Amino acid sequence: MSIFLTENSKVVVQGMTGSEGMKHTRRMLAAGTNIVGGVNPKKAGQNVDVDGKDVAVYGSVADAMSETGADVSVVFVPPAFTKAAVIEAVDAGMPLVVVITEGIPVHDTAEFFAYAQKHGNTRIIGPNCPGLISPGKSNAGIIPADITKAGNVGLVSKSGTLTYQMMYELRDFGFTTCVGIGGDPIIGTTHIDCLQAFQDDPDTDAIVMIGEIGGDAEERAAAYIEDNVTKPVVGYVAGFTAPEGKTMGHAGAIVSGSSGTAQAKKEALEAVGVKVGKTPSETAQLMKDILAKS
Amino acid sequence: MEYQAKELFAKHGVPVTLGTVIERPEDAPKAAEDLGGKVVVKAQVKTGGRGKAGGVKLATDPADAEAKAGEILGMDIKGHTVRRVLLAPAAEIADEYYFSFLVDRSNRNYLCIASVEGGVEIEVTAEENPDAVAKVSIDPEAGLDDAKVDEIVTATRFPDDVAEQAKDVIRRLYEVFIEEDASLVEVNPLVKLGDGSLEALDGKVTLDANADFRHEDHAKFEFKEEADPLEAAAKEKGLNYVKLDGSVGIIGNGAGLVMSTLDVVAYAGEKYGDVKPANFLDIGGGASAQVMADGLEIIVGDSQVKSVFVNVFGGITACDEVANGIVQALELLGDQTDKPLVVRLDGNNVAEGRRILDEADHPLVELAETMDGGADRAAEVAAQVAKA
Repeated sequence: MSIFLTENSKVVVQGMTGSEGMKHTRRMLAAGTNIVGGVNPKKAGQNVDVDGKDVAVYGSVADAMSETGADVSVVFVPPAFTKAAVIEAVDAGMPLVVVITEGIPVHDTAEFFAYAQKHGNTRIIGPNCPGLISPGKSNAGIIPADITKAGNVGLVSKSGTLTYQMMYELRDFGFTTCVGIGGDPIIGTTHIDCLQAFQDDPDTDAIVMIGEIGGDAEERAAAYIEDNVTKPVVGYVAGFTAPEGKTMGHAGAIVSGSSGTAQAKKEALEAVGVKVGKTPSETAQLMKDILAKS
Repeated sequence: MEYQAKELFAKHGVPVTLGTVIERPEDAPKAAEDLGGKVVVKAQVKTGGRGKAGGVKLATDPADAEAKAGEILGMDIKGHTVRRVLLAPAAEIADEYYFSFLVDRSNRNYLCIASVEGGVEIEVTAEENPDAVAKVSIDPEAGLDDAKVDEIVTATRFPDDVAEQAKDVIRRLYEVFIEEDASLVEVNPLVKLGDGSLEALDGKVTLDANADFRHEDHAKFEFKEEADPLEAAAKEKGLNYVKLDGSVGIIGNGAGLVMSTLDVVAYAGEKYGDVKPANFLDIGGGASAQVMADGLEIIVGDSQVKSVFVNVFGGITACDEVANGIVQALELLGDQTDKPLVVRLDGNNVAEGRRILDEADHPLVELAETMDGGADRAAEVAAQVAKA
């Protein structure tokens, strides 16, 4: 098993015909993702040749769903149009919407998240995230498919490249699903959502969670782990050396006053028995030790 | 800064006295004269605690305004040099309140925080007298309707004589929050003046840079001279760079990996006499030779830098392109740099990337096998160079 994304997932790409959308549609197809169509109102009815595979373009998410039975949408549309794209997917009843786009105004994300909460059952992953991969099954987003294989570790991370780094460190063990939840102040799927899904997934034996400075998502995750997660969890937190008041690349990665520090997050996780590595490699080693024992 | 926040308040009809901003003490007497003689002289810096630091002073007359402006201009407040002061008429204050709207990350909606105990930091009030702090969540989709405004006024316990005025101010501040794409709008204090009217006496607005594309007028709020010169140069080149205080320059791809790289370098540096990272620099997904050259140029321009650690995990980025970027960047820079480079590459096309660097055999470049090993080596080299 895997979480959120399986071999049966049927994926449409909103913004497929743009340059980023096209590049990653090609990569997702090569990784074995079942891409059933793209969405672009201006190119509805056309077919796009993607490395020899004919991909249909639909005028709306609703059309794409009724024609193909799609249950996942990956969004590559530019920041100014993302809110409308996500709301369209929610209105169409899309079960999973993965928002890759970076640079979306936080008010837009707040609005489309609130909208999704009230008008349907859509799970949003992102924005400003690399998406998710269930190795060997399906890949929805921009995570490289060739780093590792299917296995029994679950991974949830705020950061894209740290996701790749951890997949690489544990490449010999493999993963059920790796979820990049994104580094924006407001995100649709949190550490807790993924921890819950990994806890419920019979094939996931252990979980790696990667956090970074800003907000209190890691502290909340720690409280959740204490009450609800029986599987082993190892953690890593980035940003110990980040100065107060400076945004470190991700819009949400900022220490404000004394809140949001890496130290506080590490302590919160350790207090509930989560081992936290000092470096990504040390974190991977902690996980290897756990896997060797089981 | 305060006077910029006040401009935005005025634009949306929030009651405010703009006052006059000056950069030279000799401009103070005329400005004070126009404002009625007796004025408050306030340092304009992007940080709180100005009062405590001596950056806010009352001037009794125009001559005194010049003296006080002279004392405050050039002051250092928490690392910020005061380049401007705001002169505002001395107000007769009957009461002080606190009011803010902000993006609530934890609950993924908006939050209003308000208190009838204003004038002090809200964190202090929350600690000492939590009952005096009202918190009201706002649904971003529904927005601020009349019922919500009433809820805020009731929860805050605004006195009856200002309640109606407060409702109007609240609606206007929410307009600032939404229409200007702010992640924070704070008024502290919101004051009741001697005549019973409300006014935003001091305020702070944090604008969302992601929304700049729909706010052309926000560009005027940026001051290049306030930024670190290296940060300003990096911004010109479109690089995501933050200057820090250490001696190991850092280049990496992806915000999380770069943050992690800083930590790992600081951790490794402990055993070399506390060697620390010199900067954050994320070259992002497509690390072309030009981007690598631009990044290196910024980093070697930092005189504190003794060594450089390039840490790249090739996800979408191909390591051979990064390797070519490093080789070409060093060619472009030529004599401009003599700083040793430790390079760690992994992931997409790593074998070819390492081959390119091996073949180039540049005297400044050293390859590392792992991220931890590379961080350790870069810290060690920085310590050696510093000693030599």
